[in-house]
Amino acid sequence: MGRDLEKYLRPEVKSTPFCPGCGHGILMNLILRAIDELQLRMDEMLFVSGIGCAAWIPSPNFNADTLHTLHGRAIAFATGAKVFNPKLKTMVISGDGDLASIGGNHLIHAARRNIDLTVICANNMIYGMTGGQVASTSPVGAITSTTTEGNIYRPFDLCKLVLGAGAPYVARYSVTQPLSLIEAIKKSLTIEGFAFVEVLSTCPTQFGRRNRYDLPADMLTMLKESCISKQEAEQLAPEELQGKIITGEFSYGEA
Amino acid sequence: MTRREIDSTLSPGFYYFSGNEAVAEGAIAAGCRYYAGYPITPSSETMERISIRFKDVNGVFIQMEDEIASICSIIGAVWAGAKAMTATSGPGFTLMQEGIGYAAVTETPLVIVDIQRAGPGTGQATRVASGDLMQAKWGSHGDYQTIALSPWSVQEMYDQTIDAFNLAEKYRVPVCVMGEEAIGHLRERMEVKPTVEVFDRVKKQGAPPFGTNQDDGIPPMPAFGEGERLLVTGSTHNAFGIRKTDDPEVHANLVTRINNKILKHQESIIKTESYYLDDAEIIVAAYGFTARSSLFAVDRLRKEGKKVGLLRLKTIWPFADRIIHQIGSVTKKLFVPEMNRGQVRGEIMKYAACEVIPYNQTNGEIIHPHQIIKQVRNLL
Repeated sequence: MGRDLEKYLRPEVKSTPFCPGCGHGILMNLILRAIDELQLRMDEMLFVSGIGCAAWIPSPNFNADTLHTLHGRAIAFATGAKVFNPKLKTMVISGDGDLASIGGNHLIHAARRNIDLTVICANNMIYGMTGGQVASTSPVGAITSTTTEGNIYRPFDLCKLVLGAGAPYVARYSVTQPLSLIEAIKKSLTIEGFAFVEVLSTCPTQFGRRNRYDLPADMLTMLKESCISKQEAEQLAPEELQGKIITGEFSYGEA
Repeated sequence: MTRREIDSTLSPGFYYFSGNEAVAEGAIAAGCRYYAGYPITPSSETMERISIRFKDVNGVFIQMEDEIASICSIIGAVWAGAKAMTATSGPGFTLMQEGIGYAAVTETPLVIVDIQRAGPGTGQATRVASGDLMQAKWGSHGDYQTIALSPWSVQEMYDQTIDAFNLAEKYRVPVCVMGEEAIGHLRERMEVKPTVEVFDRVKKQGAPPFGTNQDDGIPPMPAFGEGERLLVTGSTHNAFGIRKTDDPEVHANLVTRINNKILKHQESIIKTESYYLDDAEIIVAAYGFTARSSLFAVDRLRKEGKKVGLLRLKTIWPFADRIIHQIGSVTKKLFVPEMNRGQVRGEIMKYAACEVIPYNQTNGEIIHPHQIIKQVRNLL
């Protein structure tokens, strides 16, 4: 993280809570970069997170009001705070298991209500903190501690899900696309209403080592190779799209 | 804490409300300005009335997607500065338990009104019971305290909802009003006084929000957006909210303090009412709707010259252990009628030296006065 962003961290925070090679550190950096570029005041911000590795991005690191909640319920807590005090610039940062599995109901209903929240979903496609169990976002075939012969169920397309629920801003980028991601986070903080950014992140500790990504860098390489833009995707035949992750900003009907 | 005397929101006078409507009016009078809920029989009338009446008082109402979201969103609103509540019934109360534990450990003042219906399971949604009392105390994991009140009239649905908000603010704790279907749906006359006594949480800039050197153990409570850069977490935390998930001393201190801050004040929290206790050979110990039937029965038996008294528990948790101990040492028999399988009787037996006779009914019906009269006559 750039030294200039340290002003956004609590002075008592001395080290990152993340495993070596975790993508969440990159995401933490990019969120703060977006906040810095928008010149938002941390005193006016509220960061809400659930339970899991990604929930530790804001809590206790960010030097602002932070609400570290129950597993899956971050959006419900954030809804209460935001609708009671609309002046609070409220950002939810949590993981895929937290926001999309146990908390999936709150995710779609907040999108439906168009609550003025920014939701950043750090999607590492696995339950990291609890030891690498399969997630509702794990790819088919993924080896996890509860799918030792490979995941048999399809993963959620979170962007389609949230768009279908009516969110006005939905984007997906990988931590390997930092500049696009900063722009998407900035946009998500600027637009009125429910904004959702799915961030593909890496978990070398739980996902990588079980799925033949021997080094943390191998997972980043995998993301770099599989993430393509919407424009690139349009040029590809359906069979060429197998295993690709389409990134970009989405609106209803095109995701 | 700070105490204020404010004008009632309704004009002073007499009203003909249902218990559930009285809860909504009590909440508004106490300063509740955020309500989140989910429809459930037999409590929905509170939410319906709030949805209309909040327009008059600039309150924020939201019907959430489930009871889990309801309790979580009121916790969020409380930390944003609101006085907030939800109302529900058994199945919803069960879903809220994780949130209640979170509110206890983050010392979030809030009010939950549970209009108890016949369980377990879906049970009989329109029928009465008081089977959720243990859930109000033990429903979430870990050791914590809540306060639970037990109203017996529409008037008390109003008054105890106000009390619940005041207790929540005084002690920074979730407070449950354990109504029953029979009170929630009962319509009767109640009075609104010209003014209401209201307590507000203490604010102290820069003070640790989760620890205090004061004897009372209740730290001041700031809100989001006040520049305090709060750290609120349901994980074990130190006085400033910093997570300490493997420090034995921090955990022990936190759990001890959130329990003691209630137990140390139980003398001022616990409210009971006594009828004909002085020379009573049998004392009926009752609460909620059953205390209404019990008073009718005791009055009747006294007219017959029988030495029977009534102790009414207006507070269920913390439990009136000292009062029960004292009464149990002077009377011969305690008769405990309940619309459950003996949830309070078990507590009474812990503290009363005398014989404790249970009378339990779990058929979805109220316990009628004639049932109590018959049972007590047999004991005399």
